[in-house]
Amino acid sequence: MVMMDVPTRVVYSRPEALDPRVTHYCPGCTHGISHRLVAEVLEEMGEVENTIGVASVGCSVFAYNYFNIDFVEAAHGRAPAMATGIKRVLPDRMVFTYQGDGDLASIGMGEIVGAASRGELLTVVFINNANYGMTGGQMAPTTLPGQVTTSSPTGRDVKRQGYPIQTAELLSTLDGAAYVVRRSLHNTREVRRAKKALRTAFEVQKHRLGFSLVELLSTCPTNWGMSPVEARDWVEERMLTYYPLGDYKVSPAVAELNL
Amino acid sequence: MAKELIKGNTAVAEAALRVGLEAYFGYPITPQTELLEHLSARMPELGRPFVQAESELGAINMVYGAACTGKRVMTSSSSPGVSLMMEGLSYIAGTEVPAVFVDVVRGGPGLGNIAPAQGDYNQIVHGGGHGDYHLIVLAPASVQEAIDLTGLAFDLADKYRSIVCIMLDGSLGQMMEPAEIPPMQPLKAEIPDWAVRGNSDGDRRILTSINLDPPAQERMNYRLMTRWQEIEANEVRFKSYYLDDADFVVVGFGTAGRIALSAVRAAREKGIKIGLLRPITVAPFPNEVLEELTEKVKGFLVVEMNAGQMLEDVRLVVRGRKPVEFFGRMGGVVPFPDEVLTEIERLVAVPLTTNGHPRDRWLARMADVIG
Amino acid sequence: MQQEVIIAGFGGQGVLFAGQLLAYAAMDAGKEVTWIPSYGPEMRGGTANCTVVISDEEIGSPFVKNPAAVLAMNLPSLDKYEDLVKPGGVLVVNTSMVNRQVERENIKVVSVAANEVAEMAGSKRAVNMVMLGALLANADLLSLEALETALEDHLPERHKKFMPANKAALRQGAAHKAVEVVKS
Repeated sequence: MVMMDVPTRVVYSRPEALDPRVTHYCPGCTHGISHRLVAEVLEEMGEVENTIGVASVGCSVFAYNYFNIDFVEAAHGRAPAMATGIKRVLPDRMVFTYQGDGDLASIGMGEIVGAASRGELLTVVFINNANYGMTGGQMAPTTLPGQVTTSSPTGRDVKRQGYPIQTAELLSTLDGAAYVVRRSLHNTREVRRAKKALRTAFEVQKHRLGFSLVELLSTCPTNWGMSPVEARDWVEERMLTYYPLGDYKVSPAVAELNL
Repeated sequence: MAKELIKGNTAVAEAALRVGLEAYFGYPITPQTELLEHLSARMPELGRPFVQAESELGAINMVYGAACTGKRVMTSSSSPGVSLMMEGLSYIAGTEVPAVFVDVVRGGPGLGNIAPAQGDYNQIVHGGGHGDYHLIVLAPASVQEAIDLTGLAFDLADKYRSIVCIMLDGSLGQMMEPAEIPPMQPLKAEIPDWAVRGNSDGDRRILTSINLDPPAQERMNYRLMTRWQEIEANEVRFKSYYLDDADFVVVGFGTAGRIALSAVRAAREKGIKIGLLRPITVAPFPNEVLEELTEKVKGFLVVEMNAGQMLEDVRLVVRGRKPVEFFGRMGGVVPFPDEVLTEIERLVAVPLTTNGHPRDRWLARMADVIG
Repeated sequence: MQQEVIIAGFGGQGVLFAGQLLAYAAMDAGKEVTWIPSYGPEMRGGTANCTVVISDEEIGSPFVKNPAAVLAMNLPSLDKYEDLVKPGGVLVVNTSMVNRQVERENIKVVSVAANEVAEMAGSKRAVNMVMLGALLANADLLSLEALETALEDHLPERHKKFMPANKAALRQGAAHKAVEVVKS
């Protein structure tokens, strides 16, 4: 049956800012969603032709292949420093880093705290999936107590291996940070909220209000040894209790933005 | 323009901004602090970015980012800080972006001390960071030369998309000499065709040091190495003193080179036919002139403020054809000219050998000195 | 022709500035000059010191073991440098801070109660100027006038009110003549 006279309406298409190639991400991984959200937000803000991205080391190491924007690739953990260098010499560009939890909260803790405390006008997209994905699922600073990983085979023992780092809470204590929130990508409602937060974060940068960071709870079905659906449920059941969603820092100037 | 009496660190900082330094990122460490402090005042005056980073790791990676925009950028540090920067240097080399850094070398290893030394030769000239890459390394011996080489450093960095290190020993950073700093020059106007700009306009630019495909990485390494050959062919610089009729030659760079100059003059007064070769670029190394000298002279004395790091580069050229002797002080101890003169007198008085290693003979002689 | 001066004393005695002033005067006289705060083993001893080398040709080492002149502004400096002055050189001793005789021979010794002279000249802090004056009057280095000009050009603005005292200190220092100790 051919319905020639029914008008078509585009309800879904690939953002121009996303490159039309197949990603290397695993099925059920939420990196693809967060990439898309970033691309949509930049496009809606008309900033695609004014943005430089900084990729990090981790599963998103090749993020630069998936965006139609200028990109640089940082050393492990150093993306906020590299982004600082770019933003300081090109202050009218939108500059963002895209970092995982090992990159940002372990090896790169010095750089992220430095950038946030200086109030660098950067937007950080922070993917928290509770493990080192790229290297095969080792314990990350975000790995939950008791969580089994390839380097905590009997489960993370906080007495021996310490406690997870709650990054959004930690960075929210810094005066240079204007907007620090935690969102999740495990269901549609949260995805929409995540997009809104990313929009706010980039607006914070555009309005030069300070450092902005959106922590996104993400799935890693392959390394967690779960199906995509199980992984989604694990975020809801396990991660949300340790990493509550919420706005950890919204500076008065950001609140006044009224987005 | 009239000369002014100026400290090496301050002179390099002021020279850098006058030849178009657009952004500086650094971390405090003695004995390079005046450099950072000078720029902390001057850069904001000129509306140019100055960032005191959270660490040397942060500083070098800020340089990395800013260098990706094609602008003239730099950092400075001293030995322990430079060790931390090795990661960034390898990445910058692997991304082929130009950058300048200043190493005001102090005594080590470890925390060491803040006295002048040349113990960073190996880490700067022969590696530090991972992978196949070379830095252009300039080793001034006076404040004026440091100023002149600062301008050259930025030009060479741009020309070869290379990292250029200005290696000062701590004494040169702290020393004051009359010198002339060039007038203020306009900032570099053109954006290189490889630089990220953020307005890709269909010409998306990606700067990365990743090459997952080994043959692609090999091609890049090949490019880096052939570019280095070009640098070796075109950019060697050195200064020679009294070499025309010299039977013996002292080789020394930076402050060790100028200390040796005093000793060479004193030896000349005593009728010893000795000259001095002072490499200005220690990378690329002045192999050719050393080769010519090897054919002409009776022997060499290498003088350094380390345990004989450049010595190995001299030995690579001389290849046992002529005797090479070594004298050095280490760990922040600076040799006096009379110590070098004693070594010169020994060089011409005792039977020399091409057997064994000059470092072993030197260590044996030093046993009494060190005590 | 090259001459070297080591100026040594406690921190706060104006040691580094005195050296810089010499360097400025030498530069303005068209000479090559290096000024360097002392480094290396000679730094152990709690004194501040600097080495100034003045020459007609490109200067080699900015460090010297046996300088042509030493300004010893306190006892530790005298202890350290007395034996190092080049034979025939000049040793200026601040007797206000030294409680012993100079034992060295084959050098010219200028004894100056620099603290008292400075105070009489109008500023306790002009000890370094007294010592410089005593040096210039007894060494063929630079003229007093050259140093005064350097002082006018380079004394920090906040210290300009001490200019007359500084100049008086220089002159009164220069009134001290060396005693030549020749080994019999």
